[in-house]
Formats: sequence, C-alpha cells, structure tokens
Amino acid sequence: MSDIWNWERAWEVLPDLLAGLRITVLATVVGMVIASLLGLALALVGRAPNRWVTVPVKFVVDFVRSTPLLVQLVFVYLLSPPEIPGLAIGCVVLGVHYATYMSEVYRAGIDAVPPGQWEAATALNLPRARTWRAVILPQAVRKTLPGLGNYAISMFKETPFLFAIQVVEMFAEAQSFGANTFSYVEPLTMVGLLFLLVSYPTSLLVRRMEIRLA
Amino acid sequence: MSDHVQTLLDRLPRLGEAVLVTLELTLGGAVLALVVAVVLGFGSRTRTLWVRGPSRVIVEFFRGTSLVVQLFWIYYVLPAFGYELEALAVGIVALGLNYGAYASEVVRGSIESVPQGQWEASVALNLSWFHRVRRVIFPQAWALMIPMLSNLLVQLLKGSALAYYITLHDLNFWTVQLRRSTSDTVFSYTVGLLVYFVIAYALTWFMNWLEARAKRRLGIGPQRPSLRETLRLEPAPVPTAPTAPTAPAAGVRTGGAP
Repeated sequence: MSDIWNWERAWEVLPDLLAGLRITVLATVVGMVIASLLGLALALVGRAPNRWVTVPVKFVVDFVRSTPLLVQLVFVYLLSPPEIPGLAIGCVVLGVHYATYMSEVYRAGIDAVPPGQWEAATALNLPRARTWRAVILPQAVRKTLPGLGNYAISMFKETPFLFAIQVVEMFAEAQSFGANTFSYVEPLTMVGLLFLLVSYPTSLLVRRMEIRLA
Repeated sequence: MSDHVQTLLDRLPRLGEAVLVTLELTLGGAVLALVVAVVLGFGSRTRTLWVRGPSRVIVEFFRGTSLVVQLFWIYYVLPAFGYELEALAVGIVALGLNYGAYASEVVRGSIESVPQGQWEASVALNLSWFHRVRRVIFPQAWALMIPMLSNLLVQLLKGSALAYYITLHDLNFWTVQLRRSTSDTVFSYTVGLLVYFVIAYALTWFMNWLEARAKRRLGIGPQRPSLRETLRLEPAPVPTAPTAPTAPAAGVRTGGAP
C-alpha cells in the first residue's frame, strides 16, 4: 500500500486542489443563479396561452435537456470569440443546461398552488402581475427550494466537465498535477474525497430542508 | 454546404460504429446500474446493520463523488493497484456504479411505496421471501420506478459522452472528427447533438413502452395486446365475456355473409 500512496505528494497537491475548489464553487454558484432565474422565466413562458410560443420553447428545453452537457460546453466554447474566458462560458452553459431542469421544478411548484389562491386573487381584483408576485410565486418558490438544492449539488458534481474547455477547476488541477508527476493516485483520490466532503453535508442539509418545508 | 453534406455522407458508416459504442456504453452501463440498484436498494432497507450500513456507505460514496472523478480514477488509478480494464469496460463500470447508486434510491423509494398490506398478505399466503418479492412486491414497485429510471437512463446517455476522453471512439469522437474534416463547428456539432437527441428520444419511448407494459401486467392502465400476443402465430384467445360473439367452430366454413 505504502508504495502506491505517498502522503508527501498528497500534501503537496492539496493547496492546488483547494484553489481549484474555489473555482468549482464559484462556477456552481454563478451557474445556479443563472439556472434559477432562467428556469423561472422558462416555466412562465411555458404557461403562455399561445401554442406558437409554448411548442418551440418545449422543443428547445427538451433538446438541451437530453443532449450531453459536455458536448454543449465544447460547442459553445468553439463558437465564442477567444477573448471570453472559459470560466464565463462554463457558467453560462451550466446555467442554461440546468435551467431546463429547474423550469420543470418551477412548473410543478406553480401547479401545486391550490386553485383557491387564484380564485381569491381574482375575487380581490388583484392585477395579474400582483397576483403572480404577491400570491402565487411566494408559495410556489417555497416548494421548489429542495429541488433547487438537489440540482445545485448535482451541478457541483458536474463542474469537472469544465476541464474540457480549459477551465482549471479542482479536477483539472488534479489532472495536470498527475500529468506532470506521472502519479494520478493521490490527486484523483483526493479530488473524489473533497467532492464527497462538500456534497454529502450539503445533501444532508437539503434533506433537512425538505422535511421542514414539507 | 453541399460539401459538408457530402462529407457527412462519407462518414455515415463511421457514425454507425460511433453510435454502437455509445449504445454499448449506455446499455451496458444501464444493465449494470440496474443490478447495482436492486442489490443496494434492497440492502438499504434490511434490518441488519451489517448489510444496511455498507449499502448506505456505498450509495452515498458513489453519489457524492463526481462521475468524472470516478471514471478517471478507474482509468488512471486502478491500474496502480493491479486491476487494468480496457477503456470500454472502464466506461461501463463507471457509468453503472454511479447511476446504479442514484437508481438504488429510486428502487428503495418505490419498494417503500408498495402498500404494507401487500407484504402482510404475501406473508399470510406463506410465500418465501424471494417468491414474495419476485411475484408480488417487485412488479408493483417496478411500475412506479420506471419514469424515474427513464430520466436516469437519459442522464447516463449524456454521461457516456465522457468516454471520448478515455480514448473511446464514441459519438462525441465522431462529432470532433466531423468538425475536423468540414472545419464547420456549427454544422458538425448540430448534427452530433441531433443524433444524441434522437437516441435519447428512442430510449424514452422504450421506457414508456416498458411502463405501459408493466402497468398492464398489474391490471391498471389500458389493456392492449402485449408484444408476445401481437407477434405470436396463433390467433388471440376469444374473450369469454357474455357479449362476445361465439367464434365459428374450427373447420366449419360459413361461406358468405348471412
């Protein structure tokens, strides 16, 4: 065992990995902000009465959702001008990809608001915008929080895909360390453990939230 | 544009090979994932701590560490411990273990949603544990879990694009090659993504068909003839409902319309 695992090398790579973890978390947070805003917009557009609007939107959402994030990332990276940093592209593509998932979560949340709430808003003669802002969305968004948390965790675990567009996040740090020293054992193992170290407590937190909001 | 179409046509045979690799990864991974999911799903709900504990740890481990890390770990690090797998096997094992861990939660949840009375009734009928699960519990849980498994299957297909980075010539590789020979990014990637989309749709259809079949076997949902009934050579047995017209006896020719 000891000839495979070298503690010195493990400590040597740790600072690089922690620097990469910052990029990983940054990409997750920015991506999730984009995903939750765009997802809400998609869910609202999906409720439009005009079929000429909803059918194309549904097609685009289905298309983005069922094609690989990895290929989408590389596609957008190759198309965009070289002066845009890879991290920005990564955040946007992650955000758009997860927005298609989030729109489904919002849709379910909006559908779960009891019809009596709509009727009450109509009876009070609230304008349409006010109905959404003050009555429907506060109730719907509350129900979507656990879903948002779960997708944040799964986005966090998909950020290593950014290595394909030259973003040096945690996984890419480990890989470049491995390529330089010809030892992948310590860096790759440590990356896995760091992912577990962040995602498992977060998932426990989300589970608690699920129970409290239910 | 017509040059591109010509290049595309020239590359169609290789598209077949590429899709085959992607399908091998997806279906191989899915079969492994299903086995892992059933074992861990049942393991996570046994009373014995010695089974439940390790099952939970394995599930949380594979869910918590990223698929990318697992794939490259099996590809680069496992050989250091003396286990060297070929690239396709690495892909299938990584996809199967990762999505198996996710699916085991689906299996566990679905089994818990089967009403308690079903367990009690099958105990009362003195069925063995295996018989109980195979004939009573699992068919009901199966119908519940298929929609969620269908989502995971599409996720697995998307994850298989990673195989390009462990030297496999899958659909992602084909797309990169097409771009290299046409030097048109938009064209080649649109074609590549469309092929992925079509595969994902076909998989979803297949899962919908499985769900309809599972529901029919439980006696819920519309009753259509099963595939075996449709394909078999003998005519379907005439339903014995009182309103059904009586079939003419075999060998008797009734001639024209009465």
